[in-house]
This record gives sequence, structure tokens and C-alpha cells, in this order.
Amino acid sequence: MTAETHKKPGLETLRAAISRLEGHSDRRRKMLPFGVREIDGRLPGGGLALGALHEVAGGGNDALHSAAAGQFCAGIAARTRGKVLWIVTRQDVFAPSLKQVGLSARRTIFVEASSDVDVLACFEEGLRHGGLGAVVAEVARLSMTASRRLQLAAETSGSLGIAIRRWRRQTDAADFGQPTASVTRWRVSVLPSAPLPVPGVGRPRWLLELIRARAGECADFEVEACDGKGRLSLPAALADGSDQEAAGQRRARA
Amino acid sequence: MLSVDLAARKLGLRPGTPVAKAQALYPDLVLMDADPEGDRLGLEKLALWFQHRIAPIVAVDAPDGLVLDTTGADHLHGGELPMLKDMVHRMAGAGFRAKAVVAETWGAAHAIARYGRAPIAVVQAGDASKALADLPLEALRLPPTIIEGLATLGVSRIGPLAAMPRAPLALRFGPDIARRLDQAFGRIGEAILPVRPVDPVEVSRNFAEPIGAAETIARYIGKLVPLLCQGLDERGQGVRRLDLLLHRVDSRTEAIRVATAMPVRDVKRLTRLLCEKIETINPGFGIERMVLIASQAEPMDRRQTVSSLIAEEETDVSDLVDTLANRVGMQALYRFAPVESDLPERSFCRVPALAPEETKDWPDHWPRPTRLLARPEPVQAMAELPDQPPLFFIWRGVRRKVKCADGPERVFGEWWKNDAELTIARDYFRVEDTSGERFWLYRAGDGEHGETGSQGWFLHGIFG
Repeated sequence: MTAETHKKPGLETLRAAISRLEGHSDRRRKMLPFGVREIDGRLPGGGLALGALHEVAGGGNDALHSAAAGQFCAGIAARTRGKVLWIVTRQDVFAPSLKQVGLSARRTIFVEASSDVDVLACFEEGLRHGGLGAVVAEVARLSMTASRRLQLAAETSGSLGIAIRRWRRQTDAADFGQPTASVTRWRVSVLPSAPLPVPGVGRPRWLLELIRARAGECADFEVEACDGKGRLSLPAALADGSDQEAAGQRRARA
Repeated sequence: MLSVDLAARKLGLRPGTPVAKAQALYPDLVLMDADPEGDRLGLEKLALWFQHRIAPIVAVDAPDGLVLDTTGADHLHGGELPMLKDMVHRMAGAGFRAKAVVAETWGAAHAIARYGRAPIAVVQAGDASKALADLPLEALRLPPTIIEGLATLGVSRIGPLAAMPRAPLALRFGPDIARRLDQAFGRIGEAILPVRPVDPVEVSRNFAEPIGAAETIARYIGKLVPLLCQGLDERGQGVRRLDLLLHRVDSRTEAIRVATAMPVRDVKRLTRLLCEKIETINPGFGIERMVLIASQAEPMDRRQTVSSLIAEEETDVSDLVDTLANRVGMQALYRFAPVESDLPERSFCRVPALAPEETKDWPDHWPRPTRLLARPEPVQAMAELPDQPPLFFIWRGVRRKVKCADGPERVFGEWWKNDAELTIARDYFRVEDTSGERFWLYRAGDGEHGETGSQGWFLHGIFG
């Protein structure tokens, strides 16, 4: 026990009591960190909780295409171990792009369900199985009851569940405000890419909004899109100064 | 003559023409002796093949047909119409011209398949009487004497016959007409006695009292599956396709079919797969006999699991794949595999979820969009020729100014596949508009030569 918790014994017992109430006191929650200190610091537990349901939606026009949201989820799934189940109603994922964020086509099993009801049923089945690295499903409507079922399934098996909220019409996207039982809720919007000194498109950037986090606070991040291994990073101007500065400091210490 | 081929039919020969007459007309006619026994055996073999591929209940409908009960099996083939197309296509591949019809009853399907116009038809429930009305009486499976007798009465179609009063007909021709009509219209049931595969592993249970409740059925499934697995274990086999036949007290048979991607002999898994289908059973007045047949079994070897120091065993997901496949269909469950093609829409194919892993991968030279539109959408664009990216483009009514772009990435048509593609070229650009949205555009053509394409602009994908 650290000195700090000695000072506040009440706080620790209170935390234990709360986690007992939430029903997972017997098992330590596992996390999947983003590897970016700013983001992980804002998430309770220091990363994306495994054994939980997370929601991701695209912002603006991306609510319909889910191109950025899809890539964000593929990046998360790429950093897990084991097979990934990806459930869709209409298939427009371009497989080579998944490979470019580190999610191999050999690991990804697609399920093409005919309706939202089937998507949710397959989603729950996948989460309940427990042997998958991540289960990703593209759904439009997600009711409180449905999300609670998914959350419970994820909790019992310890799988990571990601619901990509994707709507057919822009007006339906207001549905994202409705409460669900998911642990975190993200919105990914595209930003202009990193400026280059030569003509061309630089590394894509996203505005990553953590709209809701259970036992955490909301936050906004401007990040550079997933790299070849599915990792996000902060633009150099926002991270701990530029690399040259750090190198200079190292040199000064030496 | 019993039957003639297409060439002979074109010459005007018909089944029923005397051989002597035909030979007089065409002296070099090729004649072969009829072999009814051989035909029957061939048809039985075909029935077994259909039982393997399509549905558990298949019977020979002599002399020239098969009857299948596809209830509950069509979803495994992507629906009724795709299933029929697949059947006819496969028969065509083997050199047979076949017709296939789905209808409510055996009688209706028999009639429409033989005397209807379309080679493939799905007759919806309730439409059978309309579809049958115009067909000749031969379609009803009546003996020729009755058909002749009816012809003298001036009745040659099913519709008018069905409208006639029953009693005088029965008095004159016996009960056959009423029975066949009722069978065709679904007023009385007709049991299909299925063919049996050669020596399958099979377990059954008879009930003294008919059962009907879902829980009871589940309990007896739970008792039958271990017996079946024991039988499979003795032979060293695992099941790929499992049929549960439920014989009802009214002599109808309900069937459940489950398929697995790999041979399975696990009691729990098979029980679960079967129990998920219980809700599709209509027990009627009760079920008096349950038969569980491993209609397709394959050798299954014991497998060694990983026990090395470092390699972590990858969890087996084949049970999940089976569960999902029995829910959404085998075709709806797949992985993408690379295909060597520069055209984006041809650069991938779907392979079964548990297919062996391929070693190839897509090249990594250029970024690829997360979403690829099923059909490239035409956009209006303005670009400097020959190979500059567009300055702006209008997609779905929104005008977007291009801020920066990468490209062109030139893709040529695959002339070795198709002559028309010999000159085709596409120039792909990755563009970013002023709001930061990134798209994949291409110009059909190289911007210089008219024969390379229409020079129009298309939007093909959306980047994250």
C-alpha cells in the first residue's frame, strides 16, 4: 500500500464497495491501453476496458460512412489477440485497408446479417463465446435493453465488444444521444491531414471525442490516425515538445 | 419411343412415336434400349446426392423426378430462389436439363415443374390454386384411363375439374380424382418417404405418448446426441451434417438440419446446435418418433494441442462459426482473401471462415480506403489534363474543393481476361477536401487517349 492510501483509508474501502456493487470484484479488469499517455490517463483503469461494450460513431458525414470510425475500431481490434468477428448488414469494408492498420484478413471473420436484430444476436453470441479478440458490429439502433445484454455478455466472457453506430440518414444520427449501457462512447471526426512541405496528403488526423466514460470524464483529443500496427499518436506539436528538443535535452544531460 | 433428345425433338419426333415410323422418317436415327431399372438406380443416386447437398428429406418421384422437403433447409443456401438456381445450375453442369419448383405441396410442385412454363419457380403459399388452374390433367398424377375418360367429358384442365361437383366424379371414376386434387391443393397431407444414405450412424427413440413441448424435445435431443456421438466415436468419425427427423402422429415428418464447418463429435456442441432450431418445429398433435442421423460424417482424428513454452494456443472458434452459420447461413460467414488484381473491386474474394490461411497478402504501396463503394459513383469534377488531381468535385449534390491530393495511381484493364479491357485505364487519386474529408476518386481513362475510357470521374472509396 502506498503512503497516499494510508492517508485515505475510507476512499479505498469505498472503491472496493463500489466495485463489489458493480459485480466484478472477484476479477481484476483487464485493459487495452492506447499507448498514448494523454488518452489512457483520462480513461478509468488506464485504457479501454476488456470485457466491456464500447460505442463508436463517426462525426459529421462519417456518421453515414463510418470510414474513420471503422478504421479506429480496426486499429483497436488489431491490437488484441485472437480472431476478430466483424458483423455488418451491408458489406462495404475494403479488406486491404484493414491490413494497413495491422488487422490481418486472416484474423477477421465477417458476418453479413440481414437485419439489425440478427446483428445484435450474432454480436451477443460472439461476445458470449469468449475466445475472440474483439467483436465489432455495425448497428444503427441500440436500445438500453440490447446494450445491457451485450454488456453482460462481454462482462461474463471478458471479450472486447465494439458497436460501430452507423445510420442510413443524417437525421437518425441524433439517436447517438440516447443512453445505453456501454462503458465508453466515442465520436471520431476527420480533421485536415498533417500539413506537408510538398504537395500531397499527409498523415490523416482525427478529432477523437470521448463523449461518455463510466466512472470517468469526457475529453477531446486531436490524434493522428492509426499507423500500420493500429496505434494512435498525438501530433508532434501537442506531445512533449518536438523530438529535436528532447534530443537536445538528452545531449545536454550527457 | 419413350424419350427423345433435343436434336430429335427439333426434327419433329415426340415420345410415343412408334419406332418403325421414326426409323422410316430418319434412317440414321440412333436408337438405344430403354433401361428403366438403370434409370431408377441413377435417380436414387441423384436423390442421395441431393440429400447430401440440399435437404434431409428427399424421395424419388418416378420416373423422372425428385421431390424434396426443403422446409428449414433453404436458408442454408441463401433462400428458395438461389437454392433452385443452384440446383438447376449443378444439374446443367452434369449434362441434364432440369426444372425446379418450390410449392406448398408435393402435388402442386410436381405439376408446375412438369407442365409449367418457367424452368425455375417459387410458388408462394396461397398462389398454388391459381398456378394449377391452367395446367393439363396429366399434371395431376392420374392414371391414363381416367384422363381419357375426363377428356370425353370435355375436361382437359385442372381448374374446371376442381370446380366440378365431387360426387358424380367419384361415382364414375373412383376416389382417385378427389384424392389427387386435395393433395395438390394441400387439403390432405402426403408423406414423403425419404431415401436413406448408405449405412449412416443413426439413433432413434419411440415415444409411448406423443411429445410436443419444446422442453421435452430438448430433453430427448439431449439423450439422443450422446448415443450418436458414441456411435461416431466407434468409427472415428465426426459429423458434418446432422438431421433430426421428427415423425408426427399425423404421419408427417418435421426435420431439422444442422451443418458444421469441421467434423464435430462434441455432445455439448451438437446438442446446442440442435436445440437452437427447436422453435422451427411444428409438433402438430405430437411427435411419436425421433430419429437422429449423421447424414454426412467425415473421419476425425484426435488432434494434438500446443504445449510448447512460448506459443500460446489460439482459441478454437469453429463452434462459434457453426452456431452463427446455422443462424445466418454459411454464405454469410466469410473472410476476405487477396486476389492478384490491380482493380480494387477484383482484388479480394470471399473464402469460408475456417478455410486454410493463405500466405499472400495485399501490396502495401498506397493507402487504401476503409470503405469501398459497391459501385463507383459518378461525380462531376474539374481537373487539369492529363494527370493533375481534380480542383473540385460534386458528389451527391455537395461541391467539395480539393485542398491536397496524392496520385495518380494508374491501373490498367486486365486484357488477359477480357478483350474489351485491352485499352482501359484508370487513374486513382486520394484527395482531401477543405473540411478534411478524404476520398478515393478515379478518372476512367488516362486523360490523353479517348480509347482508354470515358474520361469521366468516379468516387470509389472513402478514407478514414
